[in-house]
Amino acid sequence: MAEIVIDNLRKVYPGAKGQPDKVAVEGASFTIHDKEFLVLVGPSGCGKTTTLRMIAGLEDITSGSIRLDGRLINDVAPKDRDLAMVFQNYALYPHMTVYRNMAYALELRRVPKDDIRRRVENAAKLLGLLEPDNLLERKPKALSGGQRQRVALGRAIVREPKAFLFDEPLSNLDAKMRVETRAELSRLHHALQATMVYVTHDQVEAMTLADRIVVMNGGRIQQIAPPLEVYHRPANLFVAGFIGSPRMNTITGTVTGEGDRVIFTEKGTDHPIRLAMRGDLARLLEKHLGQEVILGLRPEHLADARDLTDPDPGATFEARVDVVEPVGAETWVYLRSSAHQLIARVPHAEPRTDIGHTLHFTADLSRARFFHPGTGESL
Amino acid sequence: MTAREKERLRTGLLFISPWLLGFAALTLYPLLASVWFSLCDYSVLTEPVFLGTENYRELWRDEVFWLALRNTVVFAAVSIPLGTALAIGLAVLLNQPVRGRGLYRTIFFLPSLVPAISLAILWQWLLNGSVGLVNEVLQWPLSLVNLVAGTSLRAPDWLNDPSWALWGLVLTGLWGAGNAMVIYLAGLQEIPAELYEAAEMDGANAWQRFVNITLPLLTPVIFFNVIMGLIGSLQTFAVPYILTNGGDGPGRSLLFLATYIYQSAFDYWNMGYASALALVLFLLILALTLVVVRFGEKRVHYAGR
Ligand SMILES: Nc1ncnc2c1ncn2[C@@H]1O[C@H](COP(=O)(O)OP(=O)(O)OP(=O)(O)O)[C@@H](O)[C@H]1O
Ligand SMILES: [Mg+2]
Repeated sequence: MAEIVIDNLRKVYPGAKGQPDKVAVEGASFTIHDKEFLVLVGPSGCGKTTTLRMIAGLEDITSGSIRLDGRLINDVAPKDRDLAMVFQNYALYPHMTVYRNMAYALELRRVPKDDIRRRVENAAKLLGLLEPDNLLERKPKALSGGQRQRVALGRAIVREPKAFLFDEPLSNLDAKMRVETRAELSRLHHALQATMVYVTHDQVEAMTLADRIVVMNGGRIQQIAPPLEVYHRPANLFVAGFIGSPRMNTITGTVTGEGDRVIFTEKGTDHPIRLAMRGDLARLLEKHLGQEVILGLRPEHLADARDLTDPDPGATFEARVDVVEPVGAETWVYLRSSAHQLIARVPHAEPRTDIGHTLHFTADLSRARFFHPGTGESL
Repeated sequence: MTAREKERLRTGLLFISPWLLGFAALTLYPLLASVWFSLCDYSVLTEPVFLGTENYRELWRDEVFWLALRNTVVFAAVSIPLGTALAIGLAVLLNQPVRGRGLYRTIFFLPSLVPAISLAILWQWLLNGSVGLVNEVLQWPLSLVNLVAGTSLRAPDWLNDPSWALWGLVLTGLWGAGNAMVIYLAGLQEIPAELYEAAEMDGANAWQRFVNITLPLLTPVIFFNVIMGLIGSLQTFAVPYILTNGGDGPGRSLLFLATYIYQSAFDYWNMGYASALALVLFLLILALTLVVVRFGEKRVHYAGR
């Protein structure tokens, strides 16, 4: 059982001599529900680690509050919070064996020796530290990176803490191990039914692991939502650009009414892309007639018109092919309209388009998002 | 060995030859000569006369030798643990993030820069039984104890009391703890802060973090300092010699092996006997160092990459 409620959390690092103070986290409020896997994601330096360390108690809180199961823990020492943390470079005790690394917290709590052995061995089995090789009597320096990572996990698991805190636990692993361990973490979350807070700057980790994602930028929370909602309905331009690879296409344009149609016209060119809105989108954009807006469209929602049986003429435009990148199952096509660079993901392993040709592309406007050009907020 | 290897060996030897010459003339020759002299009757002014093991048999019967040996071992056994504890304690304190930390570090390090002679003369005054600063400081707590417990404890006349002189010297030795402290400080800074955070998350309090993280990870430095301390304190000479104005203290309580070597050689002109003593001291240091190395093998944690 653990619910962590964070309210208006703020962290200011006092500046060094002659330097201004550094606001690392500003007005962060969110709730981590019991048994939830919550991922904090954002670019480097956005305040993810600082937030996590404030939850852990390793960093003082400048203002705001953190409650654990209803109890205010702002000033509770880390050791009395009953939270377990997995550090980025594992922080294993180098002078202790794997067994003692995992047992140490239990020894401090005066858990009976037999219980300690049972719990350590269970965790070790769960994490594959017994088979094929029994690693329990090794020292950390005799382990591979992946094995150290699992010992660090084990050290957290044996404690059966109220919640787990992870700070980029996979970032020191190679690509293959990272994918494997990611899946293992997912399994672990289901097996343990534990509350987990996970910090990463890797959006794939965020998307695959999270029940809900908290996107941060510049110390502020940008959006809190389940992964697919973050992907399909980003709250603002920052989230739209940060989540998703290749990144979302954005086109600046103006909204006009022509008869009963609502038209989006690309700005800054004599041969603009013109898109005719229908249905809900038309009703949304009617409120912005004559104004400038930014259209956001995921690359997979831009199709080579030749692939469609009945391309919507109101959503089709011409663009020149700049670069073609076959990435395996699909191909990324870089386009130039007269004012914007766009990317389309077309579902062909073999690139069929020649560089320099001008082709027709069709947007799936039902998936388009619009943003305010000044605030970046979703319309 | 191929011709090329021979060539390289010759070049290498040539490069280290200044050191080799110095070592041979200033260390190896005296060492070997003293082994020879220890088997002779030799008073510097006359030619050495071979005696066989007579000097060593004499030594075995010599009560003064045993006293010197006892004082030397007791001094080492007391001052090394005390000095180690003090230096580690100071290093831990001075590693705390407090304002003006650099200043404190300097203050605590400075005394170890004082040359042995000045140090000894300074402590002669500090330990003075009637006007010394040490007793001045002890005065107040002692009179409090006397008042409460009805005892009549008095501060000792450190350097003139046979049962206190050695302890006075131990105090003097602690003065130099700043040297080891700096090495411990460097050792402390090698310990990643994350380990402390991990231990804190695991539920360790400050004392448990010190015992379970700091001390084990400091063992290589402790090991180094203890060996250096061992070698240094077994050879203790200059400070007690000056503290006692060239004597060996009340009731010979500040007579150490090195003092006795000096007395035999330059007071009694008995070079043969002094050489035998020196050889015994050498073997003692060698043996104790080996014991410590053996003891440390299993217990010292080296952070191998
Ligand atoms: N001890 C500190 N003193 C001063 N500024 C700090 C301190 N720790 C972090 N900061 C600053 O606070 C901001 C947030 O840092 P934080 O470590 O939380 O970033 P992050 O989101 O975890 O980034 P990364 O993905 O690179 O780990 C950064 O601008 C950083 O420079
Ligand atoms: Mg970080």
